[in-house]
Amino acid sequence: MCGIYLDYQSASPLDPRVAEFAESFLSSDFGNPSALHSRGLAAKAALEEARAKVAKLINAESPESIVFTAGVTEANNLAIRGAALRSAAKGKKLLASLIEHISVLNPLKDLKKGGFDLALVPVDSMGIIDLAALEGLLSKETVLTSVMYANSEIGTIQPIKEVSDLVHEKGQFLHVDGAAAAGKIPIDVQKDGIDLLTLSSNDLYGPQGAGALYVRPGVRIQPVLFGGGQEKGLVPGTENLYALAGFGEAARLAKLEKAEESQRLQAIRDGLIKEILKIEESYLTGHPTKRLPHHASFRFSRIEGESILLTMDAMFNIQVSTGSACSSRTLEPSHVLLAIGLRHEQAHGSMVMTLGRQNNPDQIAPTANATKKTVERLRALSPL
Amino acid sequence: MAQIGYSKEVMEHFMNPRNVGVIENPDGYGQVGNPVCGDLMEIFITVKEDKIDDIKFRTFGCGSAIAVSSMVTEMAKGKTLDEAMLITRKDVAEELGGLPPQKMHCSNLGADALHAAIKNYWVKIGKIKPEEAEAGEESHEGEEGESCGT
Ligand code: FES
Repeated sequence: MCGIYLDYQSASPLDPRVAEFAESFLSSDFGNPSALHSRGLAAKAALEEARAKVAKLINAESPESIVFTAGVTEANNLAIRGAALRSAAKGKKLLASLIEHISVLNPLKDLKKGGFDLALVPVDSMGIIDLAALEGLLSKETVLTSVMYANSEIGTIQPIKEVSDLVHEKGQFLHVDGAAAAGKIPIDVQKDGIDLLTLSSNDLYGPQGAGALYVRPGVRIQPVLFGGGQEKGLVPGTENLYALAGFGEAARLAKLEKAEESQRLQAIRDGLIKEILKIEESYLTGHPTKRLPHHASFRFSRIEGESILLTMDAMFNIQVSTGSACSSRTLEPSHVLLAIGLRHEQAHGSMVMTLGRQNNPDQIAPTANATKKTVERLRALSPL
Repeated sequence: MAQIGYSKEVMEHFMNPRNVGVIENPDGYGQVGNPVCGDLMEIFITVKEDKIDDIKFRTFGCGSAIAVSSMVTEMAKGKTLDEAMLITRKDVAEELGGLPPQKMHCSNLGADALHAAIKNYWVKIGKIKPEEAEAGEESHEGEEGESCGT
C-alpha cells in the first residue's frame, strides 16, 4: 500500500511547476540582485517579479509593501520586534491571542522581559478569539496586537475584520500570522484591515526557506538584524533568489488555483471527519465550520497522540501530526489545546490531519479505517 | 511534530508489545503515573516459588512508554522477585537499544511499575509493611535534565 501523507502543514512538497520555474536561478540565471552588472540586474528583476506576485495574492497596495524573509519565524520576529520597538515611544502594551504560534509568542515574551506589558486574549472552546476581552484589553498604548488568521493545530479561522476594527478603533497596529491560511482561504489585506501579515512559501508549495512580511504603507517598523540595505534595510543579507523566485511563482499559482483546490480538499476533509467521528469517544477539535478547508483535527479519549502517530505511520504508512505532550520537545501539552479548555489528558489524545495536492477521495475510507484500527489497538493497551 | 528517532528495538516492541493485558486476581499489582507528562502504566504479576510466573501490563503513554512496558515484562518474567527488584530503568533502556534523551524519563515507568507490583505482593504476604512499599522507590529527583520538562 502506498503512503498517505496528511501532514502538509508541517512540510509540503515543491510544486513541480515551481521547481521548473525557479531552477535556472540556481545555475544559469544566478546573480546578486545588488550587483550593477547585467546578471545582477536580471536577478533584481526576478526578485521584483516575485514581489509583485506575492503582493497580488493578498491584494497588497503595491509590491513595495512585501518584505522578503527567510521564513515564517523570521517574518513573525520582524513584525513583533520591529513594530513594538519602533513604536515604543507611543506605548508599551502588547496583545496577542493565547493560541498564537510559538514564533509569535516567544518574541512577545522576550519583549515583556525588556519592559513591555503583554496580555494574552482568551479564545472560546472552538478557538475563536474573545472579542469582548480583546476590546477590554485594548488601549491607545497598545502599540501592537497579534492575532493569527487561522490556527494550524485546530484549523479555526479568526474573525480578522472584526479584530482589525477593534484594534484600529482603540489601539494601534494589527499583525496577522497568515502562514497557515494563505493559499487556502482568500486574504485581502486591504479589506481585512491588516497592518502586518506573515506569509510562508512552503505552505503554498514553494521552496522552503522563504517567507514574507507584508507591511502596510505608512506603518513603520525597524530591523531586528543589522547588515546591508537589502529589503529596505529590514532584512539584511543577500537574497535567496532561487527560493524567493519560487515563492513568487507559488503565490501566482495559489492565487489562480486556490478556490478550486480548496473546494476539492474540503470535500475530502469533510468525508474524513464524518468517517472518523464514527469512532467511539472521538471528538473534533476546533470550529466545525469556521475552519481551514484542508484541516481536520481530533482527539480520542484514553490514548496518547505520539502512539497514534507512530502506529498510523508504522502500520498503515499514513503520516499525521499530534499536539500531545509526549511528542513535544518540552513534554508540555500544546498551549492551543489547553487554551480551548481541554484537560491535560484530553490534549494527550490529539491527532491532526492537514490535506494537500496528493490527497484524493479514494483515501478517505482507508484513512478512516486505519484511524479506527489505531485507536482500537491503543485502547486495548490502555489502562484507562 | 514528533521528531524523535526510535531504535529498531523500540519500534519492534511498540508495534508488537509482549504481555499485554490484565491478570484477574493477581498476586501483585503496581500502578505508576509518569510524573513528567501525566501518563499511566500498570503491571500485574503472579508468583510461583518466589519467581515471577506470569506478568501483564497496560500503558497509556507514548511509543517509548509502551516499548518500555513491554520490555520490562519480558525481562522480569521467570526471574526471582529479588532479581526483578534489581532491574533498573537503565537496564530497560539499554535492552531497547537506547532511548532518545527526552524520552529517558519514560523508562522510569517500567521499572517503577514492576517494583510496585512486587512490593504489593510482599505487603500481601507480610514480608514488608505497607509503609515500606511506599518508601525507597527510585527517586525521580535529578531527572530534570533528561526530561527537558519544566
Ligand atoms: S510517556 Fe509521555 S513522553 Fe513517554
